[in-house]
Amino acid sequence: MYDVAIIGAGVVGAMISRTLARYNLKICVIEKSNDVATGATKANSAIVHAGFDAPVGTLKAKLNVKGSKMMEDIARELGVKYKKNGSLVIGFCEEDLNEIKKLYKRGIENGVENLSILGKEEINKLEPNLAENVLYALYAPTGAIICPYELAIAALGNAMDNGVGFIRNFEVKSIKKFDGFFTITNGEKEIKTKYIVNSAGLYADNIAKMVGDNSFEIHPRRGEYILFDKECRGIVKQTIFRTPTKMGKGILLTPTVDENILLGPTSVDISDKENKSTTAEGFFHIISQGRENLPSLPLNKNITSFCGLRAVGDKGDFIINSFENNFINVAGIESPGLSASPAIAEMVKDILIENGLSMTLKENFNPIRKSMSYFADASIEEKNQIIKKDNSFGKIICRCEKITLGEILEAIRTNPKPYDLDGVKRRTRSQMGRCQGGFCSPYIVDILAEELNIPYIEVTKSGKNSVINIKKLKEVNGNG
Amino acid sequence: MDNFDIVIIGGGPAGMAAAITAHQEGIENLLIIERDDSLGGILRQCIHNGFGLHKFKEELTGPEYALKYEKKVKELNIPYILNTMVTDISEDKTITATSSERGIFQIKAKSIILAMGCRERAKGALNIAGSRPAGIYSAGTAQKFVNMKGYLPGKDIVILGSGDIGLIMARRMTLEGAKVHAVCEIMPYSGGLARNIQQCLKDFDIPLKLSHTVIEIHGKERVEGVTIAKVDEKRNPIPETKEYIPCDTLLLSVGLIPENELSKGAGIKLSNATSGAVVDQKRQTSVEGIFACGNVLHVHDLVDYVSDEGEIAGKSAAEYVLNSKTRNESLIKIETDGKIRYTVPQYITEKENTKIYFRVDNIYNNKKIILRSNSNIKTFKKQKLLPGEMETITVPLEFLDAESIYIGLEDL
Ligand SMILES: Cc1cc2nc3c(=O)[nH]c(=O)nc-3n(C[C@H](O)[C@H](O)[C@H](O)COP(=O)(O)OP(=O)(O)OC[C@H]3O[C@@H](n4cnc5c(N)ncnc54)[C@H](O)[C@@H]3O)c2cc1C
Ligand SMILES: Cc1cc2nc3c(=O)[nH]c(=O)nc-3n(C[C@H](O)[C@H](O)[C@H](O)COP(=O)(O)OP(=O)(O)OC[C@H]3O[C@@H](n4cnc5c(N)ncnc54)[C@H](O)[C@@H]3O)c2cc1C
Repeated sequence: MYDVAIIGAGVVGAMISRTLARYNLKICVIEKSNDVATGATKANSAIVHAGFDAPVGTLKAKLNVKGSKMMEDIARELGVKYKKNGSLVIGFCEEDLNEIKKLYKRGIENGVENLSILGKEEINKLEPNLAENVLYALYAPTGAIICPYELAIAALGNAMDNGVGFIRNFEVKSIKKFDGFFTITNGEKEIKTKYIVNSAGLYADNIAKMVGDNSFEIHPRRGEYILFDKECRGIVKQTIFRTPTKMGKGILLTPTVDENILLGPTSVDISDKENKSTTAEGFFHIISQGRENLPSLPLNKNITSFCGLRAVGDKGDFIINSFENNFINVAGIESPGLSASPAIAEMVKDILIENGLSMTLKENFNPIRKSMSYFADASIEEKNQIIKKDNSFGKIICRCEKITLGEILEAIRTNPKPYDLDGVKRRTRSQMGRCQGGFCSPYIVDILAEELNIPYIEVTKSGKNSVINIKKLKEVNGNG
Repeated sequence: MDNFDIVIIGGGPAGMAAAITAHQEGIENLLIIERDDSLGGILRQCIHNGFGLHKFKEELTGPEYALKYEKKVKELNIPYILNTMVTDISEDKTITATSSERGIFQIKAKSIILAMGCRERAKGALNIAGSRPAGIYSAGTAQKFVNMKGYLPGKDIVILGSGDIGLIMARRMTLEGAKVHAVCEIMPYSGGLARNIQQCLKDFDIPLKLSHTVIEIHGKERVEGVTIAKVDEKRNPIPETKEYIPCDTLLLSVGLIPENELSKGAGIKLSNATSGAVVDQKRQTSVEGIFACGNVLHVHDLVDYVSDEGEIAGKSAAEYVLNSKTRNESLIKIETDGKIRYTVPQYITEKENTKIYFRVDNIYNNKKIILRSNSNIKTFKKQKLLPGEMETITVPLEFLDAESIYIGLEDL
C-alpha cells in the first residue's frame, strides 16, 4: 500500500515526487509511457518565465513568481543546466508600448523584480540582430531558460534515489475507491494507495472522472517549434517575446541551455489529445514571424521541428484542488507550468498535510544528483582523469554532439533508466545534433540491447510498437 | 606533443590515397587518424558493385576497392591510428583528438590533409509536416542497419530523394524482401547517376516520381503512411495531386553535406556552392599547409575521382613539407556562368597542368562547354549534362597566362 500515488511523470509529477521524497512516505509515480517526460514536458519553450504575464491574483501568477525564484537552487542541486539569460518583450509601435506598460505594471504587482522598459538604443546594445523597427521592450533580467526534460528526469531520478518508485508502461484505466484507500488499475495489475495526486497532463480530466470528479475539462492546444543548429548561437541572447495582441502571444525566439536557437510556438486548438503533428501552416507562421523579429534568421540551419500540446483547462487558471480529501487534482497546467513546478509541488505537499496525511522529514534525504553533463562540462585534465579510470569515456559515439560511450552507459545505468533511443537522447543529447542520429543510432541500438539484455530487434525509439528494425536478415560479422 | 610532417584526418579512400602518395613522394613521418575501427570509410558499407571502373578497369564492391588501398597502406608501413576522433584543429595545425587508449591528446603537424568525408542531410532540415514516429531513416543509416548489422528496418518503403544512396538502398531493400512503393524526387530530374536509376529502379519496376515530394508523415509509434504530392515549378505542392501511400518506412536520400565542422574551427574559408573548402589546383585551402580531398571537399559520385583527388592532395602536401614552399599569391580565378554550379578547384595559383571538376545545375542537352581566357577559347561538345554527374575538363597551359578563366555553357 502506497501513501501517495502520483499519476503522470511529467515535470509536475516529477517535482511533486521529489518534494514528497523528503518525507517518510511510501510513494510511487505511475506513467503510461516508456519513460518520464514524454508529454508536454518534452516539447515546450523551456523558459522559466519571470512572471509578468499571468493576471494578478491567479494561481498562475503566484506559483510562477514563486517557482521561478526557487528554480535556480533546485537546478543546482539536481545538476540541471539553467541560465538566467533575461527576457525582452519587444514592441514595434505605440500600441505595443501601451501593452508593454501594462505588462510592466502587472509584473510589479505580481512581485517580479528589476523590470524596466527599454528604448531602441538599449535594445540594440542587448540584441543587435533584432529588426530595425523594434522600438520598445520590456526587459526582465530574472527570466531564465532550463531544459525541461532534463529537469523532470533529474527530479524523478533524485526522488528514486531517495526511495520513490517509478512504475512505467502503466496506463491508468480505472480507479476504485474503498474505505481509506484506492486501487488503481491498468486492466491487468492493481496498485493500492491512500492518496492520489492527479498530474496526468492532458488526461487529468479523464483521471478525475474515474473517481467521479466531473468538475473540469482539458483540451489540447497545439504548439509547434523549429530548432536551429548550434552554429546560430549568439544570434539572440535573451528570450525574445512579441507583444501579445488579440491574436495571441506570437512566436518567441530563444536560445536553449544547449546553445541551439528555438522558434515557436504556434497556438491552435485541436481536439485529438494524441495528435502531435506539425503542419505546413505552422512552419510558415513560425518562419514569417521569426523573420519579422530577426531578419537575419538563417533558415537553412534548422535541424528539427516538433510539436507539444498544452493541457488547457476550462477555468482560465491552474486547477489545483482536492476532490474529497485524498484525491488531489493538479490539472490544466499549461504555461507557465514548467516555471511554476517547484511551487506547485510545495502547494500539493501543503494540501496533503492539510488533508490529513501526516509526514515526518527523512533524516537521510539527499537532495543532490550528479549532473548529467558533468563529463561534457569537465576540463580536458578532468576528462583525462575520468578516461584513465574508465576508457569508455574516450570513445565518441555521437559525433555531432561528441557524446562518449561512457556517458551513454552511465545514463543507461542511472535512475530513471532509459529503455529506448529517445530516452537515451533526452539524457545524453546523443542523436540531437545536426545529423539527428543518422550516424550513431545503429550503435546506440547495440548499446541498449546489450545493457538491457534484449535482442537488437526489440530496441525501440520510444517504447511499445515504435520498433527500429522489423526483421533479422543474417548474421554479419558486423564490427562497424 | 608529438610532431608529424603530415597528418591525414580520415582513413577513407581519399585519406588513404593521399597518405600513399605523400609517402611515395618521400614523407615518412606521417599519420592517418580514423575514428572508426578500421580503414575504408563509407566504402565499408557499400557492398554493391560499381567501384573502380575508371581506376582499375574492373567492377569492385566498396570493401574490395577500399581493401586495395588498405593493403598498400600496410605494405608501405604508413602509420595509422583507429578509434580516434579528431575533435579540433587550429590554424597553427595543432590537432586535438580523443580515443579510449590515449584520452584527449594533441599533436602538431607541418601539414594537414582533410579527408573526413561527408554526412547525410537529416530530416529536420526538410520540415516535413506530420508526426515523428519510428521508421524514418536516412538512406545511409538504413544501409548500415542492413549491411553492417544484418537487420531490415522496414518492409514497405517510400524513399524521398533520388540521391545515389537512396537508389542503391531501393535495390538493396527490394533484394532483402521489402517493397519499395515509390522514390519521390522534388526536382524535375534525379541527382543520382543514370546507371543507378537504370540498375536500381527501372530493373526492379520501382516508380521514380519526379517533381514529387512527401508533404506529411503519418503514424504514432511507427510510420503508417506518407502523403505525397506533385510540386509546381516553384516546388510548392499542388493540393489536387495529393496521394496517400501506406508504408512503414520513409527513407531519406536528400543530399550529402561535406563534414566541415573541423575546417570551420581552423578558420578555413568554405564555399557556399560545395559546402567544402575553397581550394587551388593543389587542393590547398585558404589556410596555408592545410589541404582537402574527397567528399569533405565536394561530394563525389565516383570513388575513382576521390582517389585521384587524394593523390593530388597527398602530392601537394609532400611538396609543401619538403620544399617549405609558400603559396604563390598571384591567382587565376575560375569564373562560371550560373549553369555551372561550381568548380573544383575554385582558383589556380601556378602554371601547371590542371584538371577542373565541375557540376551543372540542371539537365542540359546538346550544349558546348566553353573555356575562355583572354583571347583563348576552347569548346567541348556535350550531348547531355546531368547535375548528378561530375564533369571534368583539362585546361591547356597557355590558358593560364591570365587573371581569370571562364567556363560556361552555350547552345550547340
Ligand atoms: C507549446 C508549449 C509551450 C510551453 N512553454 C512553456 C514555457 O516556456 N515555460 C513554462 O513554464 N511552461 C511552458 N509550457 C507549459 C509546460 O510545458 C507544462 O506546464 C508542463 O510541462 C506540464 O507538465 P505536466 O507534468 O503537468 O504534464 P505532462 O508533461 O504532459 O505529463 C503528464 C504525464 O501524464 C501521463 N499520463 C496521462 N494519462 C495517463 C494515464 N491514464 N495513466 C498514466 N499516465 C498518464 C502522460 O503520459 C504524461 O507523461 C508550455 C507548454 C506547451 C505545450
Ligand atoms: C552510400 C554511398 C554509396 C556510394 N556508391 C558509390 C558507387 O556505387 N560507386 C562509386 O564509385 N562511388 C560511390 N560512392 C562514392 C564514394 O564511395 C565516396 O565518394 C568515397 O567513399 C568518399 O571517400 P572519402 O574518403 O572522401 O570519404 P569517406 O569514405 O566518408 O571517408 C571519410 C573517413 O573519415 C573519417 N573521419 C571523419 N571525420 C573524422 C574525424 N573528425 N576524426 C577522425 N576520422 C574522421 C570517417 O570515419 C571516414 O572513415 C558512394 C558513396 C556513398 C556515401
